[in-house]
Amino acid sequence: MTLLEVENLAVHFGGIKAVDGVSFGVDKGEIFTIIGPNGAGKSTIFNLVSRIYQPTSGRIRFEGKDITGLPAHRIAGLGIARTFQNIELFDMATVLDNMMLGRHAHRRTGPFAHLFFGPATRAEELAHRRKIEEVIDFLDLQHYRDQMIANLPYGVRKVVELGRALCTEPKILLLDEPSSGLNVEETEDMSFWISDIKNILGITVIMVEHDMNLVNEVSDRVLALNYGRVIATGTPAEVQAHPEVIRAYLGGDDTETEAA
Amino acid sequence: MRFLFKTDYAQDTRLFPFGGTKRFWSGLALYAAILVALAHYAPVALTSTHWLGLAIVYAVAFGAVLLRQNADGEGGHAAFWYGLLGVAALSAPFVLDLYFLSQITFVYVYAIAGVGLILLLGMCGQISLGHAAFMACGAYTAALLQAQGFDLLVTLPAAILLSALLGVVIGLPALRMTGIYLAFATYAFAFIVEEVLARWDGLTGGNMGFVLSDPSILGYTFDSEQKMYYLAMVLFALTLLAGLNIRRSSTGRAFMAIRDSETAAEAMGVNLAVYKTTAFAISAGMAGLAGAVYAHLLFFISPEGFTILLSINLLVLAVIGGLASMHGAIFGAAFIVVLPQLISLTKDSLPPVVGQLPGLESGIFGLVIILFVILEPMGLHGRWMKIKTYFQLFPLYKRGTFRRQKSYMVSEKNR
Ligand SMILES: Nc1ncnc2c1ncn2[C@@H]1O[C@H](COP(=O)(O)OP(=O)(O)O)[C@@H](O)[C@H]1O
Ligand SMILES: [Mg+2]
Repeated sequence: MTLLEVENLAVHFGGIKAVDGVSFGVDKGEIFTIIGPNGAGKSTIFNLVSRIYQPTSGRIRFEGKDITGLPAHRIAGLGIARTFQNIELFDMATVLDNMMLGRHAHRRTGPFAHLFFGPATRAEELAHRRKIEEVIDFLDLQHYRDQMIANLPYGVRKVVELGRALCTEPKILLLDEPSSGLNVEETEDMSFWISDIKNILGITVIMVEHDMNLVNEVSDRVLALNYGRVIATGTPAEVQAHPEVIRAYLGGDDTETEAA
Repeated sequence: MRFLFKTDYAQDTRLFPFGGTKRFWSGLALYAAILVALAHYAPVALTSTHWLGLAIVYAVAFGAVLLRQNADGEGGHAAFWYGLLGVAALSAPFVLDLYFLSQITFVYVYAIAGVGLILLLGMCGQISLGHAAFMACGAYTAALLQAQGFDLLVTLPAAILLSALLGVVIGLPALRMTGIYLAFATYAFAFIVEEVLARWDGLTGGNMGFVLSDPSILGYTFDSEQKMYYLAMVLFALTLLAGLNIRRSSTGRAFMAIRDSETAAEAMGVNLAVYKTTAFAISAGMAGLAGAVYAHLLFFISPEGFTILLSINLLVLAVIGGLASMHGAIFGAAFIVVLPQLISLTKDSLPPVVGQLPGLESGIFGLVIILFVILEPMGLHGRWMKIKTYFQLFPLYKRGTFRRQKSYMVSEKNR
């Protein structure tokens, strides 16, 4: 069953066609990886799906529903969560506060009730608190609960950001370069977590990744992107053997246009 | 799950998350000491009514401390210090002379507005130079309604609500602007409000001002300095409580999210427009409440009392007190009440060239704000936390503990 469907998606920034007619579908329960050289438009696709960018043309459907016109703040509530390539945590807040923000879309009480922090608010806070503790256990973040993000090392921040996304209880998780900036061990942990997210939590994953070992280990299907266009889709092995993909990675910035 | 330090999740939703019992017992001794000191040094002869009142106060404070403790005896520590502070505050009218008492009353009033501004600026990251207008709105609402014969039960809620509404209006530019532009936009709005108050003299008395009488509630009239002190104190405590409640719920977290990263906030489902407007509304409501009490303290209000200078004073309060913490409001408020008096005290001993400089006070305020932003961005409360940490960690204190780590460039963030 197709969970997320992108159809002829395009966005132009001035003269740059960052994404130029991209179509793909992601099935429920798979790990779908997008690869491609820097500037290929991978992060831009994520920004389009999470509605931060307005597409020039094309459609995005989630669970069969067209979400192309929705505002960005409605996306988390639908069950789409994401991480950012350069980590977008709330730096002057604690790990707990960051994770609790992952529960924002699930809140049921409003600001007026919060002024008084009555029994309903208290019960809700406790329920969320219990929920995020599951994620804290899952990602081994117990030591960092009360630490401010600004005081954490890069590797831990990366995990916290993943945790915050999991706290939203997503149906689909968009991971933008989950291993970038991590050392070998941290990358291995990340690889296990991503498989567990699929196998244990049953969450569908779309990821942008450069580390081919990680890609091969966890991906079910891979899509290769270059200059905003899809150049190949298939299993990890198929895509890496594709001549167009090899050219994109080795050819550098040669000006010959790809075969349409 | 939670092996170390903590035993249940409820801890994290508490008003005072951390605690211990050690100081609770040493605190008992302190309570007793205060009691004895009061009996000896109180300038007025304490009657049996006083003693009864104090006894009730102590009983309540103790009860609160005991109630806050859980089975492991945790949580009592912070609550104890609040209790002690509460007792000191409650006993002040018995021991202080009227001048000092009224100064502290003003500190409470500024601190009420300060909690609001810290919530907006420190928590949500939105600046406002329009808070004088919210105080004015609260002050005039209370004054005009009182003139119609309503008591505090009507005038205060009305002052809060009307100011909150005005806050929504003034907050609208915040949906499109940030930083210095927002500062100018809010300033422009505040200027309009000031003009309206001056021009609409049929309603407000214009520049001639408006006179108030003693406030009352259900027939009880606040007709002495002491009574006004208690009124301001209770209202400050309630405001602080509301602020802390916001801080520990999803609304406060949404504010912090907006402050730290609007992109990520949206990705978590935070509706930026709604929450920025909410922050302005709550902040303005608190300023409005402060304005109403302010009006009753002064007995006389006019548009000159609510100029940009007041807004800047409040900004000084927030920055000095410490944007990271609501409690800082009281430090900041004390600062803006005391500093002008210190300046006027030293004025005469300074050489006339300096002492008679026009705008000396504003200049010093400006200087202080700049020094604080550069040297102590966490404000007085931050300084206090550092001192506390230093002593707690004493032999192990590392110099870099509070240094902020440099992060990547902001322009890179979305990629
Ligand atoms: N907000 C923006 N404004 C202008 N150009 C942009 C913007 N976002 C991305 N781009 C451009 O789109 C292209 C694709 O960027 P991106 O999706 O970040 O690449 P990557 O595949 O490395 O993640 C790049 O040329 C980038 O400069
Ligand atoms: Mg990228």
